[in-house]
Amino acid sequence: MRKLLVSPAPHIHSPENTRRIMIDVLIALAPSLLVSIYFFGFSAIQLVLVGAVTCVGVEYLIQKYLLKTEVTIQDMSAAVTGVLLALNLPPSSPWWLMLLGSIVAIGVAKMTFGGLGQNIFNPALVGRVFLLISFPVLMTDWNIPDSWFRAGVDASTGATPLALIKEGLAQGHTVDQIMALYPDLSYFQMLFIKVGGSVGEVSALALLLGLVYLLVRRVIRPHIPVTILLTIAVFSGIFWLIDPTQYTDPLFNILTGGVLLGSIFMATDYVTSPMTARGMVIYGVGIGLITMLIRMFGSYPEGISFAILIMNSVVPLINKYIKPARFAKEVKNG
Amino acid sequence: MGRLKLITRGIIQENPTFVLVLGMCPTLGTTTSAINGMGMGLATTFVLILSNMVISLIAGLIPAKVRIPSYIVVIATLVTILQLLMQVFVPSLYETLGLFIPLIVVNCIVLGRAEAFANKNGVLDSACDGIGSGLGFTLALTSLGLVREILGSGSAFGWKFIEGDGILAFVLAPGAFIALGYLMVLYNKFVKSKIQ
Amino acid sequence: MAKASTFRNMVVCLFLICFVCSGLLAVVNALTEAPIAEANVAKINASIAAVVPTFDNEPSSEVFQVTVGSDAISVYPATLEGALVGYAVETFSNKGFGGRITLMVGFQPDGTVYNTSVVSHAETPGLGDKMDASKSNFSEQFKGIHPSTFRLAVKKDGGDIDAITASTITSRAFADAVSRAYEAFLLIENDSKEEM
Repeated sequence: MRKLLVSPAPHIHSPENTRRIMIDVLIALAPSLLVSIYFFGFSAIQLVLVGAVTCVGVEYLIQKYLLKTEVTIQDMSAAVTGVLLALNLPPSSPWWLMLLGSIVAIGVAKMTFGGLGQNIFNPALVGRVFLLISFPVLMTDWNIPDSWFRAGVDASTGATPLALIKEGLAQGHTVDQIMALYPDLSYFQMLFIKVGGSVGEVSALALLLGLVYLLVRRVIRPHIPVTILLTIAVFSGIFWLIDPTQYTDPLFNILTGGVLLGSIFMATDYVTSPMTARGMVIYGVGIGLITMLIRMFGSYPEGISFAILIMNSVVPLINKYIKPARFAKEVKNG
Repeated sequence: MGRLKLITRGIIQENPTFVLVLGMCPTLGTTTSAINGMGMGLATTFVLILSNMVISLIAGLIPAKVRIPSYIVVIATLVTILQLLMQVFVPSLYETLGLFIPLIVVNCIVLGRAEAFANKNGVLDSACDGIGSGLGFTLALTSLGLVREILGSGSAFGWKFIEGDGILAFVLAPGAFIALGYLMVLYNKFVKSKIQ
Repeated sequence: MAKASTFRNMVVCLFLICFVCSGLLAVVNALTEAPIAEANVAKINASIAAVVPTFDNEPSSEVFQVTVGSDAISVYPATLEGALVGYAVETFSNKGFGGRITLMVGFQPDGTVYNTSVVSHAETPGLGDKMDASKSNFSEQFKGIHPSTFRLAVKKDGGDIDAITASTITSRAFADAVSRAYEAFLLIENDSKEEM
């Protein structure tokens, strides 16, 4: 049996199924994967492989021996979770960190709630946040492992752009001074190849390529990523206009801290995001706002993982109150 | 019901944590290690036994409408006595548990047993009921504390078996919820299903 | 079971219960007051001994208060054969991750920090509790520093302190408490100069 993701009526027949969608997501991730393999070499390959194999393996074991139900690993959703989690970890993470994160993602966040379609929270993000609070040292170690592919490219940054800015501001520098200190923070670099950050956010361009593919294939609708990015741009823009010495500009905020990776691939997960267009807008605005609040006032420099998880928990409410218009019925009250 | 049955009922069939899901605040808040969990459990057991006995003695004399305030005064007195005694005899444990000791006053288990059992049963039966519920609570808190200590700090009852830290999430609040959830699953699977 | 409530029996009953309970508490309090005070003094003496050089007086009996901002800070002078060897300052910070932390900071007469020790805290086990000297060597870095040349802030905030990994808030609170102690020390120094 192939599991279909079912939204409320009306239903239109379509050849889509979970496996097809998941393969599309993997294809969309391919550019980012290739860039990170080029940049981080064996470490990136190892993390992605350990993640995919562990996630599929854990799902198989739980379905086969614990739940004794039909095994649905061929729908590829577990593999996607593994790959996404790998892309969300620092490139220098040891393999056992990836293993543990995958077990938590599938075992705790997905299968405990009843498997695909039942989980409230995005499994890959639960895995990431669990690792972040459990191993704060390893999860904020942004040293760049050696790679055979880029001998000669000089890269040794030890912190993410947002962390550099947050520390610099705390020491009393202005944004311009900090930018001048770290040449890696140029927009050109961030758009194409940026060091300092998790495996999957090396290149903003590669992630945007993935977004275009998903939109063209109609795997996702543009509402969620667009509202998240717009909210972050507007929110940071207001602060930036008020005081450009203490706040970074909107473009910087969008290109850093996993916002692209999160808004394109994590927030759009079918199971944990709202079903209607209006619901998606509310969800996206919420994620954008919480992300910026955590960045500006929280103790973590980056906040999109927490923001998505928090908004995940609101999705059932959004789905309850913002329902699609009933088929063949005149809508009276908006 | 025999007195032994009263005790085992509190520990197994009506375990305050795993079955009745009462007293979640100290359960989640104090179980960062097995010793802390056990200390909290035993402190609650002390209050529970005495409050059950006192309340079963005086229940007949108290007018129905002021029953709850009277019980609360009795329980609060016992907790305050416990607090003073702990400061003398186990000051370090007292400091670790801190705010959670005075909070025993509002632990649902204590008032729950007074209202559901002690005020209509004899002193000895009530004492046995208190022992049962208290030990059940202690057992649950110790096992939760042990699981969190092993996973979170890599030690058991203070005995460290790995270098460095464990999975820190288990020492923090999210780990408390996750560990408690899985312990309840195991309890329902292996204990509760056997006795029904 | 409980009897019917009348205004009179409710008042009498509550009065009696409160009367007996408060009497009981008074007795227990009287019995435990001395041992608790003794334990506290012993604890303070132990933490004083840890943070100042060898002394032969009894600092806890010579304690005096200094007002820093709006808070009274206790200072314990330590002397050896009549000569001042250091001050132990019992300082605090409310900026800890788990609320208030209390430290004992020892100064030599010239203002150099001799040692620090944690009196009480409620920081997260495995993270913030590393400020305790028994858990990590975080507090080692304060030994022998002089706050006039050593910036009492974590490196993230532009200071000289290596923060405990993943516990910046606790490290900030520790720094805050030590700088409060130094302010108290400066006040004592000024006072003694005026006297001379």
